[in-house]
Amino acid sequence: MSISEIEFQASTVEDAPAEGIQGRSQWALTWRRLRRDKLAVASMIVIVLIAACAIAAPAFAALVGHAPNTVYPNTGLSASGGPVSPGTHGFFLGTDELGRDLFVRIVYGAQISLFVGIITTLIATVAGVSLGLITGYFGGWVDGILARFIDSVLAFPYIVLALSLAVVFGPSLPIVIGVISFFSWAGISRVVRGQALSIKEREYIEAARSLGAGPWRIMFIDILPNLLAPVLVLATLSIPAAITFEATLDYLGLGVPPPTATWGNILSGAQSYYSVAWWYLVFPALALVITTIAFNLLGDGVRDAMDPRTERVFAAGRRKRKKRTPATDTPTPQLPDPPRQAMPPTA
Amino acid sequence: MSLLEVSDLRVSFSTADGVVKAVRGVSFSVDTGKTLGIVGESGSGKTVLTQTLLGLAPGGQVSGRAMFGGKDLLTLRPEQLRQVRGAEIAVIFQDPLTSLHPLYKVGWQIREMIRSHDKSVSKQQATERAVELLGRVGIPQPRQRVDDYPHQFSGGMRQRAMIAMALALTPKLIIADEPTTALDATVQAQILDLLIRLQEESDTALIMITHDLGVVADIADDVMVMYAGRAAEKADKHDIFYRPHHPYTKGLLESIPNSSAAGERLKPITGQPPSLINLPSGCAFHPRCTYVMDRCLTEEPDLVAVGATGQHRSACWLPVGAAGIEQDAEEIRRRAVEQGRHDAAAKVAEAIAAAPESQGSVIA
Amino acid sequence: MSETLPRDTATTGPGETDDVLVRVSDLVKYFPVRGGGLISRTVAHVQAVDGVSLTIGRGQTIGLVGETGCGKSTLARCIAGLIPTTSGTVTFEGHNITNLPRRQMQPYRREIQMIFQDPYGSLNPRRRVGSIIGDPFAVHKTASGSKRKRAVQELMERVGLNPEHFNRYPAEFSGGQRQRIGVARALALRPKLIICDEPVSALDVSIQAQVLNLLADLQADYGLSYLFIAHDLEVVRHVSDSVVVMYLGRIAEAGPKDPVYDAPRHPYTNALLSAAPAADPEAAASRQRIILTGDVPSPINPPSGCRFHPRCPKAQELCSQQDPPLEVKAGDPSTHVTACHFPVQEGEVLARSGRTSGGQPR
Repeated sequence: MSISEIEFQASTVEDAPAEGIQGRSQWALTWRRLRRDKLAVASMIVIVLIAACAIAAPAFAALVGHAPNTVYPNTGLSASGGPVSPGTHGFFLGTDELGRDLFVRIVYGAQISLFVGIITTLIATVAGVSLGLITGYFGGWVDGILARFIDSVLAFPYIVLALSLAVVFGPSLPIVIGVISFFSWAGISRVVRGQALSIKEREYIEAARSLGAGPWRIMFIDILPNLLAPVLVLATLSIPAAITFEATLDYLGLGVPPPTATWGNILSGAQSYYSVAWWYLVFPALALVITTIAFNLLGDGVRDAMDPRTERVFAAGRRKRKKRTPATDTPTPQLPDPPRQAMPPTA
Repeated sequence: MSLLEVSDLRVSFSTADGVVKAVRGVSFSVDTGKTLGIVGESGSGKTVLTQTLLGLAPGGQVSGRAMFGGKDLLTLRPEQLRQVRGAEIAVIFQDPLTSLHPLYKVGWQIREMIRSHDKSVSKQQATERAVELLGRVGIPQPRQRVDDYPHQFSGGMRQRAMIAMALALTPKLIIADEPTTALDATVQAQILDLLIRLQEESDTALIMITHDLGVVADIADDVMVMYAGRAAEKADKHDIFYRPHHPYTKGLLESIPNSSAAGERLKPITGQPPSLINLPSGCAFHPRCTYVMDRCLTEEPDLVAVGATGQHRSACWLPVGAAGIEQDAEEIRRRAVEQGRHDAAAKVAEAIAAAPESQGSVIA
Repeated sequence: MSETLPRDTATTGPGETDDVLVRVSDLVKYFPVRGGGLISRTVAHVQAVDGVSLTIGRGQTIGLVGETGCGKSTLARCIAGLIPTTSGTVTFEGHNITNLPRRQMQPYRREIQMIFQDPYGSLNPRRRVGSIIGDPFAVHKTASGSKRKRAVQELMERVGLNPEHFNRYPAEFSGGQRQRIGVARALALRPKLIICDEPVSALDVSIQAQVLNLLADLQADYGLSYLFIAHDLEVVRHVSDSVVVMYLGRIAEAGPKDPVYDAPRHPYTNALLSAAPAADPEAAASRQRIILTGDVPSPINPPSGCRFHPRCPKAQELCSQQDPPLEVKAGDPSTHVTACHFPVQEGEVLARSGRTSGGQPR
C-alpha cells in the first residue's frame, strides 16, 4: 500500500516544464540501459564473435588447410581407424569418424545455425505480428477462426510434420526453414494478439477512430509501434529456440542432410563415438550451448532494458489512482516464455 | 493539546535522474478532535509527507521529528510502527479497491486487524465488533455484508468499509489521503458527512489531504497549503479563504470557477508545478508568481506570522499587510500581468508595503 | 414497470434555436451482458442510455453532468459515432448520421471531434506529438508534407505550445500540455462541434483554469459548439450556456444554466448542487446538506418507475410506479424541463443530514 517510486516520479517528472526533460526516445533509453547491463553486453560480444566466425568460415578453413566436408584419412584418423584427439596433426579440435576436421565443420555449422535462426525468426515475426494484429484488432469471427488455428498449430506435434515432410520431399534446408517458421509464428502471433486486444481499448485508439482513421491505419500506425517492444524481446528469444529446433531436426535426420556440416548432424554422428572420442560430442555441444545461452541472455537483457520498472522500483505494490496521478507510460507486458523446442534426446 | 507535532520534516529520494526533494522542511501540528486540511497539487509532497509519518514510503532519506504521544514516529522500528498504525493512527486511502485485500472477506480483514493488535480478543468478539463497525459506518445489513469480499461492495461502500477498518481500534488520529476523489459527488458528500459525524462522536483528530478546496472549506478547521514540498501557508480556515496571503493560495482561490465569476475568463496560475529534482532558485513559486520581486529569485522565504494571532503563517516575502484580496489590488495586479511581470509587479509590492498595516486591507 | 410515455414530449430544454447543429432524438443504447455456460448468451442489458433527446445549437456550449452510470460518456460516444446505437437518431445539420458505415461517416468526422479525459491515455505514447496532431490531416488527406507541418505548428502555437517541440513524445509534456495537444488535434480540421469528455478532471486545479480559458478562446475565435461533459458542477456552470443533468441513462433536468442552477426542480439536481461545496467556508457551512441514501445503482437493473426514487428524499408511491415525463414545470421558462412527479418548490428544504444543520459542525 505504499506509493511506488515510479508512480511518484511520474507525478513529479510529468509535471516538470518541458524544457527540463531531455528529448529521449524509447529506443535511446533502452539502448542506454542495455549498455549498462554487463551480462547483456557480454552476450552481445559473444554473438558478434560467433557471427564473425560464421562469416569467416572459409578463411578459417584456408587457415588450417582443411575443407569442411573433405575426409583426411591419413592425417585425420588414428592407427586403429578412429578419430584423432584435439591438437594432433593440425586438427585444432580433433576429427570425426571419417577424419574430417571438427573445428572447421563446427565453424561452418555456425553459418547454418545462425542463418536458420535469423531467417526463421524473421519470417515468423512478420507473419506472427501481421496475423496477431489482424485477429486482435478485428475480433469477431476472424479472431475466432484464427485463434483456434493458432492453438492447433501450437499443440501440433512438430516431429510428425517434420517426419512426413522429410519422407515425402526428402530432408533439406528449405524444409527445415519451413517447418521451424511454421511453428514459431504461432507463439508470436498469440502474444501479439493479446497485446493488440488490450491496446485496442486504449483511449488513443478511440481518439484515432474518432478522427476517422480506418482499421489498417490504426493497426499499423497506432498499435504496431506499441507492440515493437514486446515483439523485439520475443524475437530475440525466438532465435535460440529456432537454433535448437534446427539442431534437433538435423540430429533426427529430418533436417539438413549430411554431409553438410551442421551442429545437429555432428552431434548425431557423435552418438556412437563419444565414448572413444569425447571431443566429438563436447565441442559441437558447447558451440550449441554457448550460442543458445548468449541469445537467451541477450533476450533477457533486452526485456529488462525495455521495462524501466525493474531498474528503479523498491517499494512493493502500486496504487492505481484514477483521477489524480497520471499512470506511467504504456507498460511493457509480462511476456510469456516463447515456446521452447525439445532438446534432442541423448542416446 | 497537540496530538501530533511534526517538526522540520525532510524527505528525499535518490533516483537515476537526480535527488527528488519531496518534502523540504514541513512543520505542523494537529490537536485532538480537530481537522487539519492539507491542500496541494501534484508534486506538492502531501502524500509523501503522510506516508513517511507512517513508514509507508521506504527508501527515502528522512530527517526531522514527528512527536506522537511522546514518541518520535520517525525513529520507531518497523514493529513499533506497526503497533502505532491501526491502533493509534489509522489511514484511509484514495482507492479502497487496492487498499483492501481482494481475496479476503471484509469482515475477516477487520477481525484480523483487531486481533493482531490484541491477542486476547476472541474471533467471536472480533466479528461482533466488525459487524458493529460496519453498521456504524452506514453499511446496510452489516451481518450479511461482513462475509462479503471487497469487490462485492460498490465504491462508496468500500470506502465506508475502509473507514470501518480504520475505526476498529479507536485511533486517536485518522489520516485520510484523498478519500473521496475517486467517488461520485453525492457519495463523496455521504462519506464526508460520515467522517465528521464519527469525529464528533469519538473526538478523533483528522488530517484530510485533498486538492479540493471545497472539501477543505467544508470540514477543515485549520489548513496547510503545500507547494513544491513546503508549506506555503498555514492558517485556520477563515483566514485561508478570506485573507489569503501567499500568492499561490490566492492564485488557487482565483483559478477555481465560482458563481461570481461565471462566464468571465478564469485567472489561472501561469506555468506548471516545478520539478522536485531541479527546483527554481529562491522561492520555488517565483516563476509563476505575479507579485515576484527580486528577492524572491535568490532567497527562499520561511514561514512568518502574518495575521493578528500569529497562527496565520505564510512563506512569502510580501509584507504582512498583503493578506486578503481587494478589488483595487485585483485591477492593479491584472494590469501588472498584462504589462509584463517584474517591473510592474515590483511596483505593486512597493505599494503594498506602503499601505497602512491593517488587517484585510491591501491598497488604498 | 414503467409506462411508455413518449419520452420526447419536450425534446429539448436548452437552446431550441433555428440554428441547430446536432439533434439527438430518443437515443437508446443498451450493452448486452453475456453469461451462460457453453454458449454465451445475453443474460441482461446494461441500460446505459435510455431515451435521451437534446439539441446542440451553433456556437453553444451544452454542459452534460451526472455521476457514474448516468450514461453521459456513452451518449457522447454515440453522438460521435464511436459506438453504434440501439435505437434513436442523431442528426447533424439535418443529415441523419446514426450508425453510418465508416466511409459515409467520414465527412462528418471532420465536423465532430472529441477531446478525452485522460491526458496520458489519449495520446499514443509511441508517436511524436507532431505526428499525433497531424493525424487528422493524414486521415482526411487534406494536407501533407511541409504544408501539414506548418499547419501542425500553427495549431501548437494556437493552443499555447511551443511549435519547436513537435518532434517530442507525449511523455515529455505535462498533463496540462498533453491536454492542449489533444485540443490541437481536435481543432485541426476546424470542426463545428467538439465533444469534451471531462477534459479537465484529471488536471491540477491551477492548470484546469488554463485549459478552460483556452477552450473559451477557441470557441470565440472559431464559433465552435461544445458538448461539455463534467462532474464538477462549478466548472460546468462556468463554461455552459445550457445544462443537462443525467441520472441512470435518462435526463433528470435540463435547461439554460441560470434557471437550473438557481432554481433546480429535480431533487437529484438539488442533491448534486449541495454535494459540491464551494470554496467558501461560510457558504459551505450555511448550505443545505442533502445527503442521499445508498449508492448509485447499477444500470443493469434500474429501479422501476422514476429511476431516482430509491434515493430520493421526496419519493412517494407514484414514483416507483410511473416514469415521470420530461416536461416544463409550473413557473419555469419554456426551455427548462424536469422529469419529476414532485418537483422541488422554491424555499423547500430537502436536507436530510446527520450533521447539526447550519453553522460549523462543532
